[in-house]
Amino acid sequence: MMRIIGFCCERGPEEAVDLAGERGMRYQADVIFIKVPCAGRVDVVHLLRAFREGADAVLVIGCLEDNCHHVYGNLEASKKVERAKQILDEVGLGSSRLELFHVASNQPFRIPRLVAEMASRVEKLGPNPLAVTG
Amino acid sequence: MIIGEQKRLEEIAGMLEGQQRILVAGCRSCVAICLAGGEKEVAVLAESLRLLSSLKGKGWEIEEATVERQCEKEWVAELSARIEGKGSVLSLACGVGAQTIQAMYPQVRVLPGLNTSNMGAPEEAGVFVERCGGCGDCVLHLTGGICPIARCAKSLLNGPCGGSQGGKCEVSPETPCAWEEIHRSLERLGRLDLLEEPIPPKNWLPSRDGGPRKMVRKEAVLTEEQKRSKGGKP
Amino acid sequence: MSARSNLERVLLERGFAVTAEIGPPKSASAESVRRHAKEMRGSADAFNLTDNQTAMSRMSSIACAMVLIQEGLEPVVQMTCRDRNRIAMQSDILGASALGVRNVLCISGDHQTFGNMKEAKNVYDVDSVQELMILRKMRDEGKLWSGDELEVAPELFLGAAANPFADPFEFRVTRLAKKVKAGADFIQTQSIYDMERFERWMALVRARGLHEKVHILAGVMPLKSHKVALYMKNKVAGMIVPDAIVERLKAAKDPKEEGIRLCVEQIEHLRSIEGVRGVHIMAMAWEEKVPEIVRRSGLLPRPVA
Repeated sequence: MMRIIGFCCERGPEEAVDLAGERGMRYQADVIFIKVPCAGRVDVVHLLRAFREGADAVLVIGCLEDNCHHVYGNLEASKKVERAKQILDEVGLGSSRLELFHVASNQPFRIPRLVAEMASRVEKLGPNPLAVTG
Repeated sequence: MIIGEQKRLEEIAGMLEGQQRILVAGCRSCVAICLAGGEKEVAVLAESLRLLSSLKGKGWEIEEATVERQCEKEWVAELSARIEGKGSVLSLACGVGAQTIQAMYPQVRVLPGLNTSNMGAPEEAGVFVERCGGCGDCVLHLTGGICPIARCAKSLLNGPCGGSQGGKCEVSPETPCAWEEIHRSLERLGRLDLLEEPIPPKNWLPSRDGGPRKMVRKEAVLTEEQKRSKGGKP
Repeated sequence: MSARSNLERVLLERGFAVTAEIGPPKSASAESVRRHAKEMRGSADAFNLTDNQTAMSRMSSIACAMVLIQEGLEPVVQMTCRDRNRIAMQSDILGASALGVRNVLCISGDHQTFGNMKEAKNVYDVDSVQELMILRKMRDEGKLWSGDELEVAPELFLGAAANPFADPFEFRVTRLAKKVKAGADFIQTQSIYDMERFERWMALVRARGLHEKVHILAGVMPLKSHKVALYMKNKVAGMIVPDAIVERLKAAKDPKEEGIRLCVEQIEHLRSIEGVRGVHIMAMAWEEKVPEIVRRSGLLPRPVA
């Protein structure tokens, strides 16, 4: 079963995730959402660790651009995602397994779509060799 | 500050081939500022190596440690417990730090994770430029505060050369011509007169050309007896 | 003061001097140098041999100079600061002088990243101004830079380069003055296409009286085609080529003939500028055209001692 990790900012994106859950929206993969104070708080180490622990793909979901409560959070997130992508290419996993998205609290329908997007990327690349089976 | 850049992951992985217990050692000084070998960079590299190790079955056990300054024995001494039992240390400090660890722990193999480059400064976020030539005989007072040794590609003392155009060096359109900058600076300072007299051939003895350098501050040097009387470790 | 070389003699006798350039070969055979010598004999007062131009190894300037001397031509040895330290420079000059070389052009040299051995360590122990100081001390004091006395001092006519087209423009003349102070007897400029800028530079040179302290030879380079012109314009450091010249060559039915005609026109114009004491013809890979250019410029025959 494909496993996807989503780091979600606790403001807009987390609300969107909750709403998606309440409305019974279904996901194409086994998704674990991790709440963070701000997308900018996610570190390169966390992203790499997720893959070492077996994630096939990772999303980082921040608030809409220009709408970050901490002002620079999205900028920070984009820099770290960029760096982590570079490393993913260097170790041969593939940078497209990781992506940064921006979602507002009133856009729950986007959450399963983003997960589906990442799932299709995993289908192209193949599972993470470190994926935990079963 | 000393500026360096991490070696590519591929090159580092090559050095670690066949190794097992590895300590990645960082430094909080210069290399932290140029985002090459500080605590954060150590963490990211360690995690990258762990990921690579899992993917390729390298069998690496990676630990991390960062000291205040890797070039000083007092701080490198603090690493002894962490180095115990390790097969190698991947130093992310500059070449000085890496050599200090090796000198203090001769039994463990020290590998350089960094390509140490030059003495320079941060120009803006993420951009570090060479500034000082380390020539041992500073002439900044003659050149309006701009180092001709480091910042002129030909280290001219009577520049510019004929390749200077549009304020840029012939070596690269991104490199400012140091001698154009020197002229402008002396113009602002009202000291263009300093450019009238030819500067004679430089004495390169105080630079690296004269051999590896050792600088002694006699007033700080202690004899064995003085060291004992101060009660510190010999 | 008696002339130390043929070139100096022509300049002291107030004739309009002509020098030309020969590119050393990438070869252990000097056959091409001899061939150029025979083609160009009598067309110039002295012939420059470049020194590992664009930082690519070629037969050494001094070795080629020997060949020219054997063929009865007078060489100008070029010595850059990129590949030799002061010890090697002085050594090479003693040898060159012993073998008959008199004219030496002191230049910085293209940075080695221009060439095909970019990984090489560069030297730049001294710059071109300091090189002049060293050579002048050898000649006038009979001493090496260390102070050691030379048994026999070299006879030298010292030259330097000037580039009216590099920046910063307003400081170029100060640098020329420095070179004169350091010992330059003659100057060869970078090839001129922007005549207006050259005339502005010469005005500044005259204002400082430098045209009377040093012999200035204006550089010209005949262009074979508009493509060569574009290459010079875009790829060569410190060179200015006006669009009008590129266009003129592009529009020409016979670009080579147009290039020669343009060069001759330039020489004729340069002769009229006060302070220009001669012309330096750099016919890169076109050395055989030099006699024709000199003839059509009305500068033949060259004065013989």
